[in-house]
Amino acid sequence: MAESELMLQAQDLNVYYGSIHAIQGVSFTVNKGEIVTLIGANGAGKSTTLNTISGLLRSKTGSLTFQGENIGGMAPHAVVRKGIIHVPEGRRIFSKLTVEENLEMGAYTRPGRELNDAIAGVFDRFPRLQERRKQVAGTLSGGEQQMLAIGRALVSRPSLLMLDEPSMGLAPILVEQVFSIIQEIHRSGVTVLLVEQNARMALSIADRGYVLETGRVVLTGPGKELLANDSVRKAYLGS
Amino acid sequence: MIVLQQLINGLQLGSIYSLIALGYSMVYGIIMLLNFAHGDIIMVGGYIALLIIGAGIHPAVAIIAAIVGCMVLACVIEKAAYAPLRKAPRISLLITAIGVSFFLENVAQLLLSANPRSFPNTAIIPTANFNLGSLNISLTTLVTLAVAIVSMALLTVLVNRTKMGKAMRAVSEDMGAAQLMGINVNRTITFTFAIGAVLAGIGAILYCCKYPQVKPTTGYLLGMKAFVAAVLGGIGSIPGAMLGGLAIGMAEVIVNALGYTTWADAVVYVILILVLLIKPTGFLGRTMSEKV
Repeated sequence: MAESELMLQAQDLNVYYGSIHAIQGVSFTVNKGEIVTLIGANGAGKSTTLNTISGLLRSKTGSLTFQGENIGGMAPHAVVRKGIIHVPEGRRIFSKLTVEENLEMGAYTRPGRELNDAIAGVFDRFPRLQERRKQVAGTLSGGEQQMLAIGRALVSRPSLLMLDEPSMGLAPILVEQVFSIIQEIHRSGVTVLLVEQNARMALSIADRGYVLETGRVVLTGPGKELLANDSVRKAYLGS
Repeated sequence: MIVLQQLINGLQLGSIYSLIALGYSMVYGIIMLLNFAHGDIIMVGGYIALLIIGAGIHPAVAIIAAIVGCMVLACVIEKAAYAPLRKAPRISLLITAIGVSFFLENVAQLLLSANPRSFPNTAIIPTANFNLGSLNISLTTLVTLAVAIVSMALLTVLVNRTKMGKAMRAVSEDMGAAQLMGINVNRTITFTFAIGAVLAGIGAILYCCKYPQVKPTTGYLLGMKAFVAAVLGGIGSIPGAMLGGLAIGMAEVIVNALGYTTWADAVVYVILILVLLIKPTGFLGRTMSEKV
């Protein structure tokens, strides 16, 4: 990215689950137009970090700034209105609502007149969802549910899209598909913050990456560099 | 003919139970709370209507005031007593609800005395009877059925077709994910209480027209029966509450018709026990894993 305009800045986040200190002084930045990835093992604090940004959790210290505005401590629904959309781990689609209703919920913060256009846009990207628009979302396959979760995020036209383990539980061919969709979304002008266990895939599409270990950032750098880094290779890429 | 007559009586009583059961079920569906103060809201609605008509004001005003009063009261209770406990264990919430119920009953007793007051039912629905052969149907019965059907139809449209209704369903399925959609969960919960209370207010007027008296404990037994109806239908399910209400109303009327009037209330509790033993999810309830 030629211009590196700061979009999201997290500074010194400390998040606790009761007495467990899950995130310990995490700081990172996301610039406009980037794909940034957080990688790390189970329990490293990746999802906790995203939950803190989206307002589901609170940081005891530090600050969260999005496009120059302090969003630390903001309620989740208010964070959404700022243009940050979080696709949570495990997809969390509304299984008893239809595909179309799920998308309407995604567009909850948009004015009603934009609804049809926004949903049509998602159907263009994911024709399978259009075929199943009246179907209850719980009956979709895992891959389709992930498409729905991403589609549901896109209808709100986010400026920052946060994806938590979008490849989890998907067959390899679908994993590739999901990653190419993420790149497509990125090319359409959306900044992406990606949390993944599949470090190889994540780093290969990311501009920059942060490696988290037990609640701390231990390493950071451009995606390609981390991909070549010895300790990263050993710990996360299995080679 | 006698069977048909009792069937109609059962529908009348059952549709009132349905209206009230809906409030239990919707609130349970969204925050997993058995809102035991719901029955007492009905009592308050009854008193509001009674006092306003007693003051010589037009009954239409009394009806609207009772419904609005129930709605405002439910929202105040939700904000003051339940919202601060959003992250507390569910048992705290349940005990709070029981506390609110006692509070309302005792405040009513303090302000209006424990003596039952007669409800001016004829000011709301004039006495009139229609005979179809040997069938005798009162205007109250017809109005009750019509109002209940229209209310439930509107509720169904609200829940299935409107943005707020869809948000209610989304919140009741996954509160966290709903927040990530930008849904204001607190507002949605308050809205759910408001809708439940509006239905309770309508139920209150209809109930008082059928049994024209109000006392501070009016809501207790009525609330209990509606609660059993909600459980029977499958708590959390809207069509379940409608169905459960009708079933409880029918059961009560049948027991009465067979001459075991003193047993009518006991039968309702027996139904509760049987449902919990045999099919805790009720008619339409889903097997639910404990929400975290």
